Amino acid sequence: MSTTTFGTYGGRYVPETLIPALDELECGWREALADDAFHAELNGLLASYAGRPTPLTLAERFAPGKRIYLKREDLLHTGAHKLNNALGQAVLARRLGKHRIVAETGAGQHGVATATVCARFGLECVVYMGEEDMRRQRPNVERMHLLGAEVHSVDFGTKTLKEATSEAIRDWITNVETTHYLIGSCVGPAPYPELVAELQSVIGREARGQFLHAEGRLPEAVVAAVGGGSNAIGIFHGFLDDADVRLIGVEAAGAASLGTGRPGVLHGARSSILADEDGQIADAHSISAGLDYPGVGPEHAFLRDTGRAVYVPATDAEALAAFRDLAQSEGIIPALEPAHALARARHLDAELILVCLSGRGDKDLDEALAALERQ
Amino acid sequence: MKTLVIYLMSEPETPELARAAVEGGADIVEFGFPFSDPLADGPVVRRAAERALARGMRTRACLDVLAQTHALVPETPLVPMTYSSLLEAYGWERFAEDVRGAGGASMIVADLPAGERPEVRRVQMVAPTSTDDRLRLAGEQTDGWLYLVTVTGTTGARGEVSPALPGLVERARRLVGVPLYAGFGISTPEHARTVAALADGIVVGSRALEVAEQGPEALRDYVASLRTAIDAA
Repeated sequence: MSTTTFGTYGGRYVPETLIPALDELECGWREALADDAFHAELNGLLASYAGRPTPLTLAERFAPGKRIYLKREDLLHTGAHKLNNALGQAVLARRLGKHRIVAETGAGQHGVATATVCARFGLECVVYMGEEDMRRQRPNVERMHLLGAEVHSVDFGTKTLKEATSEAIRDWITNVETTHYLIGSCVGPAPYPELVAELQSVIGREARGQFLHAEGRLPEAVVAAVGGGSNAIGIFHGFLDDADVRLIGVEAAGAASLGTGRPGVLHGARSSILADEDGQIADAHSISAGLDYPGVGPEHAFLRDTGRAVYVPATDAEALAAFRDLAQSEGIIPALEPAHALARARHLDAELILVCLSGRGDKDLDEALAALERQ
Repeated sequence: MKTLVIYLMSEPETPELARAAVEGGADIVEFGFPFSDPLADGPVVRRAAERALARGMRTRACLDVLAQTHALVPETPLVPMTYSSLLEAYGWERFAEDVRGAGGASMIVADLPAGERPEVRRVQMVAPTSTDDRLRLAGEQTDGWLYLVTVTGTTGARGEVSPALPGLVERARRLVGVPLYAGFGISTPEHARTVAALADGIVVGSRALEVAEQGPEALRDYVASLRTAIDAA
């Protein structure tokens, strides 16, 4: 058992074939964390290639009467926070001597981020994506192709992120000696949840300093969308020790692994998952491909149980309204994922709020406009 | 005598199929309890699991079929093979107790590597990537025999016997004192003979599932062809 569990959550529930690779990854990760050269290389890339720090924007017209600040991960290269993690893991993979990368993607943002860093470093890139997600996130599939990635369609089961993740793990089992699995969220077997949280925590560190600079105090609440939970864990990590700052995760109502799930094992970790009473994984439903996942990072389950963070749902309709309203009031088109966070933040019983705007909405236009039309 | 292990998916027809496999010469029957997201399995077992689930083969129904099978072939060890999620939902200890109560002999949990939950007695799996330390740990914790995963990969038929197998057998012989049964990728009598010359037994899954589609007689004949091959090894 790895040391990196979160209470009773986390662990390594994977076939034996992967255990030596996870040990190697954990060891390489600890060495990298202790190595100034790793941090210097990563920080250099985050600044000169990814565009960090990202700004903090006060959204005055979106929520009159409140002071809602948006942490603008939508302005990061490739259009979402996913690049923070992909860059860090690509630097790590090169240190481990791996030249082939596999990844799963739901909304396609992680697939694009992975294809991007593979192009940047000359790594072979294979991305697994559900057939249903390829349909609703077509522009991202085209971007991945242009960036030189192989995109494998997964045409069984739910045909979404759950199956894509299983197939990526099966590929990794088969090619583990040459391949790094560049997981896209704070899920999976240890050390992935901890590793991804650390790479995404740059969001929270920056946002905390920026918020203090803007307001001279910390926010009352930090709000972020939670699918697997990587943008949320990244921004939460900046405020975990600030006991007065409420941490609020917003799940898609039809994919509320924390709100309505039960303890279970999915994709290598024990966490809170959508499953039936026999442990069979249930289908999740969300208009947002990035939240359409029946599991969640084990650290979120831990934060929920300890009460440090709370998790609330937003419906497809609420997210769509926030999507449209942010575009029309602020001139910012959010991705459908952070639109869930915006939907809860605008009605929150607090005035000073930080929202993680985890990605931009270009990829969602077809799906969102059609859905708004139907309403 | 080499040991022949045949894998079947739990379905209403499994008792008859298991009896046919035993008549054909199977010594042990692995009993798949289907899971919706079987990470260690290739397409054949995955599809079989999907179908079994669609037919209502949840944990309780699988235990019932296990008990029916045990009544038909009481001398043959039946070993449920499944994933952690089912045990988590059912209760780890209760699952083990009810498997024993239904006549199961041990179990295999494909996503529960040695070291995790050592209190759950089970047949441990090792792979070509396992270090010597992990082989030793799995050997200490395993229940009766050790399952050698011959390939770096998922379940399913392969053209050739894995070149990684001889090295894995050699290391396991040196480090572990229990019988070694090898599985994953074995589908033909030729494979069976080659592997049985190295290991103490073989496990055949995906190809057995495909043949079982054609009914008990076809399965019996197929298992008999494997039996003949490994007895000649």
